[in-house]
Amino acid sequence: MFRFVVRRLLQVIPVLFVIVTATFFMVRFVPGGPFTAEKTIPPEILKNLEAHYGLDQPLWRQYLTYLGSIARGDLGPSFKYPNRTVNEIIGDKLPVSLELGALALVIALALGLTLGVLAAVRRNTWLDYLASSAGLLGMCVPTFVLGPLLVLFFGIHLGWVNASGWDSPADRVLPALTLGFVYAAYIMRLTRGGMLEVLNQDFIRTARAKGASESRIVFRHALRGGLLPVIAFLGPGIAGILTGSFVIETIFQIPGLGREFVNSAFNRDYTLVLGTVILYATLIVGCNLVVDVVQVWLNPRLKFE
Amino acid sequence: MTRCGFLCFLCFLWPFLPGCKKRETDVARGIRKEVLHRGLAADLSSLDPHLITTLPEINVASALFEGLVAEDPVDGHPVPGVAERWETSPDGLTWTFHLRANAKWSNGEPVTAQDFAGSIKRVLTKSLAADNAAMLFVLANAESWYQGGLTDFTQVGVAAPDAHTLGLTLAHPAPYLPTLLSHPIWYPVYLPALEKNGGATSRDAKWTDPATFVGNGPFVLKANRRGQVIITDKSPSYWDAANVRLNSIHFYPAEDRESEERAFRAGQLHLTEALPVGKVDSYRRDHPEMLKISPFLDTYFYRLNTTRPGLADPRVRRALARAIDRRAIVEKITRGGQSPATTFVPALPGYPAPGGLVEDVAEAARLLAAAGFPEGQGLPPLDILINNSGNHRIIAEAVQQMWRRIGVRVEINNMEMSTLLAKRRALDYSVLRSEWVADFTDPKSFLDVFRGGSNNNHTGWNSLAYDAALREADRTSDPAARLKRLASAEAILLEEMPIIPIYYFTTVRLVHPSVRGWHPLPLDRHPYKHVWLEN
Repeated sequence: MFRFVVRRLLQVIPVLFVIVTATFFMVRFVPGGPFTAEKTIPPEILKNLEAHYGLDQPLWRQYLTYLGSIARGDLGPSFKYPNRTVNEIIGDKLPVSLELGALALVIALALGLTLGVLAAVRRNTWLDYLASSAGLLGMCVPTFVLGPLLVLFFGIHLGWVNASGWDSPADRVLPALTLGFVYAAYIMRLTRGGMLEVLNQDFIRTARAKGASESRIVFRHALRGGLLPVIAFLGPGIAGILTGSFVIETIFQIPGLGREFVNSAFNRDYTLVLGTVILYATLIVGCNLVVDVVQVWLNPRLKFE
Repeated sequence: MTRCGFLCFLCFLWPFLPGCKKRETDVARGIRKEVLHRGLAADLSSLDPHLITTLPEINVASALFEGLVAEDPVDGHPVPGVAERWETSPDGLTWTFHLRANAKWSNGEPVTAQDFAGSIKRVLTKSLAADNAAMLFVLANAESWYQGGLTDFTQVGVAAPDAHTLGLTLAHPAPYLPTLLSHPIWYPVYLPALEKNGGATSRDAKWTDPATFVGNGPFVLKANRRGQVIITDKSPSYWDAANVRLNSIHFYPAEDRESEERAFRAGQLHLTEALPVGKVDSYRRDHPEMLKISPFLDTYFYRLNTTRPGLADPRVRRALARAIDRRAIVEKITRGGQSPATTFVPALPGYPAPGGLVEDVAEAARLLAAAGFPEGQGLPPLDILINNSGNHRIIAEAVQQMWRRIGVRVEINNMEMSTLLAKRRALDYSVLRSEWVADFTDPKSFLDVFRGGSNNNHTGWNSLAYDAALREADRTSDPAARLKRLASAEAILLEEMPIIPIYYFTTVRLVHPSVRGWHPLPLDRHPYKHVWLEN
């Protein structure tokens, strides 16, 4: 297992290198630049701005300089925010996205796994139909519909929580629920499917024949195999949920990284685009690695090879 | 298991359910404690007054700093700020500002003429690369020093003979100087604080954090949680602190107007930055007391690429301009009290606007025929270039239909803003959606856009007569005569029609009835020291 992890970690380096290189040149070839605005900056001022950020150098030299600075862990200055570095911006915004993502993930797992297992065990009963419909609804209703609906009811009609913001613990409830519900729906469907498949297998019948209790069958024997599709989904899922959601952050005015990521592309804030892409890529690669390890651990048919 | 899981879930949620009852809202608490909660259009790029460019940034900076001249809370005309009075020489070139002796920085140090002179030098220093540095080129020799042609800063038209006297010498008469001076690019900054935190002329200096921040405005920076809230508290060292009634202002940047409106309804905001078009009618019906619509010095117009065949002919441009029903656009599409634009410069006090542009389809058809394109036949294909936001597409579709009446067929092309701006720079368009917001309350702020050599022209059009009229206005120190000359320049612009004005903007926002001292202002910059909250 140790060799497996080390080998996978070594593979990460060329992957990140390709991602950085491709992103670096892609953002440069997009029309427009970081200093284009409705009001045009006079050419002499533009020249000084470009000199300040090293944009007057040939592209290959900028690329080498950039590679050098990320090797030192410095993601460079932001173009949109004078006197802020990309490291500072990520340091500011990532914890917010992580917190929101972690809360949503807990909600998603609690709801999704419970409903999924229940639906599979009580298959074709009203409970199954209810859980399955809720799952379908959760997948179909987009967050930009669910979020404002929750705000209208709990924030404006009942006045229990704020409509937006990220100040008090109460401000976390609605965004975490909105983001959690979508993932809960996927997890519920996958859990139900996985459990149904396992529950029909011979070893479960054997366990039943030996007189094992229903709860022992479900938790001890079936769950381990039934969760495999969920684990596979959670790899990219966790990376996505932790790095923030542009839509949720916009609806609830949360100062997370998802908004910075999307806006940096519109602003042509080259260094911020690259910084967030590197972060996302690392997280996705990392989560996938963890998932692979967990899968082998759960599934005796797989080996670390 | 079922019950157990559900209970676990409830236990998890429990700490987040805050008593589950209606609480005192921020708005109600704010009224009690004189704390204003205000929405802002977008996240701020900086709090450095010399590096900011957008209105939301200006609207925070104006709480933290004060320039030589301030703005009247009712109509925005220039009133004494740090300077308690000023005089100008008969030729209008030399201005002397007398600074009040009791003006102080938030650290208690006096605000001096040297602070202003040093701040002006900072803006004109290349390494700062301030976007708005060119606004200071009205000072004698400022441009030449910025470009590096001049190396001796004492030649630039700014002098501080003593701590309380500041002299500004101009490159040309500018009776509008006081209104220009209320722009943040002219605000003073406390240079010793900058020196300590990375250097006065570096873009990267970190002096705008609450711990290191020094300002001279009625409020001082308390907290800056980026993307979330900026808190400014009343500054005890401000010279007019006795007349500042608010104890604190909380600014909330919100990119999404819908969620800002929900926050207003939930009692989190006293003021919103704007209101989505779709909500205007319901507020007008149900809560007219909260809906505030006022004119804003901003014109929505189409640029025409005059280097394109067809559009090179002024008759074609005039025909296109006359074939638009502007009233239909403001009444059916924008619906926020905007008015049809018959000129490029919106109405300004004392400005004799030239004869306007009216819808005249018959005349438009005649002009088009006279140009050799009867009923649009033979006219090279045109397309309207828009960016994909707001209601640009609906307006473009309306214009497309209106132009069809004179036989002109156009396509609509939409793209993201930065790409559109790159095409604009390359003159790679035929008709381009545009807007222009005034930097100061004067027609010059609009008319300079199409002066020969302007960076903002982007139409390929220029006219010696137009430039001459503007130059002549620059040399005129009598205000009324000057405005008349500016109007004659605009008449040339409207005759040649390199642009098609469509409508004048308004600000449409929600204001809680408890907000007092808040008046409609043409630049939408509101001096907070005159604002208070009262039920």
